Amino acid sequence: MTDAFGFAAAALSTQRRRTLLSLLGVTIGVAAVVLLTALGEGARGFVAAQFEGIGANVLAVAPGRVKTGGVPAFGHTTTDLSIADAVALRRALPHARAAAPLVVGVDEVAHGARARSAMLLGTTADMRTIRGLELASGAFLPEGDWDRGANVAVLGARTAAELFPGTSPLGAQVRVGDWRLRVVGVLRPRGLHMGADLDEAVFVPVATAMRMLDRRSLFRVLLMLRSPDELEAARATADRLLVERHGREDFTLITPDAIVAALQGILTVLTLALAGIAAISLCVAGVGIMNVMLVSVSERRAEIGLLKAVGAGRGQVVRLFLVEAALIAGAGGVLGAALGWALAGAVRGLFPQFPAEPPAWAVGAALSVSLLVGLAAGAWPARAAARLDPVAALARR
Amino acid sequence: MIRLVDVWRSYSLGGQELHALAGVTEDVLDGEHVAVMGPSGSGKSTLLNVIGLLDRPTRGRYELDGREVSDLDDAELSRVRRDRVGHVFQAYHLVARLDAQRNVELPMLFAGVPRAERHERARAALAEVGLAKRSGHRPSELSGGERQRVAIARATVLRPTVILADEPTGNLDRAAGQQVLELLERLNHGGTTLMVVTHDLDVARRARRVLILEDGRVVNRLAGHELKSLAEALAAKRVEP
Ligand SMILES: Nc1ncnc2c1ncn2[C@@H]1O[C@H](COP(=O)(O)OP(=O)(O)OP(=O)(O)O)[C@@H](O)[C@H]1O
Ligand SMILES: [Mg+2]
Repeated sequence: MTDAFGFAAAALSTQRRRTLLSLLGVTIGVAAVVLLTALGEGARGFVAAQFEGIGANVLAVAPGRVKTGGVPAFGHTTTDLSIADAVALRRALPHARAAAPLVVGVDEVAHGARARSAMLLGTTADMRTIRGLELASGAFLPEGDWDRGANVAVLGARTAAELFPGTSPLGAQVRVGDWRLRVVGVLRPRGLHMGADLDEAVFVPVATAMRMLDRRSLFRVLLMLRSPDELEAARATADRLLVERHGREDFTLITPDAIVAALQGILTVLTLALAGIAAISLCVAGVGIMNVMLVSVSERRAEIGLLKAVGAGRGQVVRLFLVEAALIAGAGGVLGAALGWALAGAVRGLFPQFPAEPPAWAVGAALSVSLLVGLAAGAWPARAAARLDPVAALARR
Repeated sequence: MIRLVDVWRSYSLGGQELHALAGVTEDVLDGEHVAVMGPSGSGKSTLLNVIGLLDRPTRGRYELDGREVSDLDDAELSRVRRDRVGHVFQAYHLVARLDAQRNVELPMLFAGVPRAERHERARAALAEVGLAKRSGHRPSELSGGERQRVAIARATVLRPTVILADEPTGNLDRAAGQQVLELLERLNHGGTTLMVVTHDLDVARRARRVLILEDGRVVNRLAGHELKSLAEALAAKRVEP
């Protein structure tokens, strides 16, 4: 068998350009599979990173009973979810990595003559951990300010840039309705996060926000656990605590990992679809190999006749040509895998948040499919070679 | 021994039957040296191809070394071809990209001879044809006579019982042709059956026996030294021995 490899390699080396061209087809096909699956994986990783913290290990508490699906019981008005509830939840879950109440509203934010509409997020210091917020300058909301509500604000990147073009907003005052807030921090640009553009947000202490927005209930309490494994226990604890405090189950506990799982599923399908499309180019490459092999067989009729004259059986001739096809496909596949790997690496270099790592299964599948394509493409030419009549082949008739 | 009994090889061309061989009955004994002559198109190459198992008779029986071979399957046929027959062609048919050594190794490749032994035997075969020093040369770097000697080394490396040469000197000048013939005859003296198709009277005269073919039939048989000219041999048809 190694002799067959030597023979085939020598045969291919005499038609270098043609061999390289058909090899290139496989290279492109395999590189496409590797790169596209890497991009798919990158998208998955990117989304996973976006959901990190808010994803698998965050338990959210919402006021009202929305999960039973039925009509809310008559006569039962929804009890508010209060800051006191949030404080109690944090106490009840001392091992939680972070806990933050959240109240949301939209209002006009102004500085001097400039004004813009902004999303007002009332929360506490822990929100920084939960949403993975990074500061461009200043500080985030003060620790421990749950009930007092200082008149301070942290601006999203775009809000800061629009209200304070060219100057630092730190220490300046912004107006929200009748309220005046001192800017203590500015966030780094962040972009869309869970459907909200945090760059346009204004973060204020939760008690301040409730007064400004005239709310009696929180929108959410977010409890970030150390790992998803702690979710169930935390859920039970929160449930018990709130039932005890409210006297009934008028709240909803939400774990967003179901959403994450669904999204991840969609992205997996997307990755597979990309791989499938790229695999079509492998089939095209197979046609290229078949073409080259057919030309090769017809050009080497005399040689094939000679091989038969010196005793090569049909099976042996078939094997020689199959090995040639497999060599083209195999070499093209290895080059393609390397190329795809390099391109994925380049993507990671350009977009570090985008973990475009080619999955091992895709590289393996691309290589084995390319080999199979090579063998399939070589089958017909090899058979044609084996069936050549040696007399006609030697006589070039 | 080669035994052909009423062997036909027919082609149908546009509804017409063409008989390249039309009932050849012939025995060639082990170690014989037989020349085959005849006009162009008389069926000489076809006869050699049938004997060499490259072609199958349309009809008739063919025994090689006591074994009926006309209805062997492809795999058995290639094995018999490989082990018993050595072919030498007018056009040499060396593989251009392989050097002399590797060309000579080819039959052993398909016979599954281990690499080291293959190497050794090919070297010995090349030395026998006086080309020990040219083993690394490709066909394009060899003269016609040298190429034909490489082809002879290739044909003999597996020690076949029969060597079939179809106009082996057809492309060579006198001196080179002489050298090639001497090599073939040396093999014949060693016991290998030798059949040579030729248009060259001098070549044919060196054979013990000469078969004269015409229209796919053996129309005359004579001893090598009796041969004066093809025309005369054709005129003096003696169909039965
Ligand atoms: N594949 C084929 N199809 C049709 N006819 C063929 C085929 N092969 C050979 N023939 C015919 O069979 C006859 C014998 O051919 P063959 O090659 O044996 O002649 P030859 O005696 O070797 O001639 P030459 O001296 O020219 O080599 C010729 O008439 C030839 O045209
Ligand atoms: Mg001929």
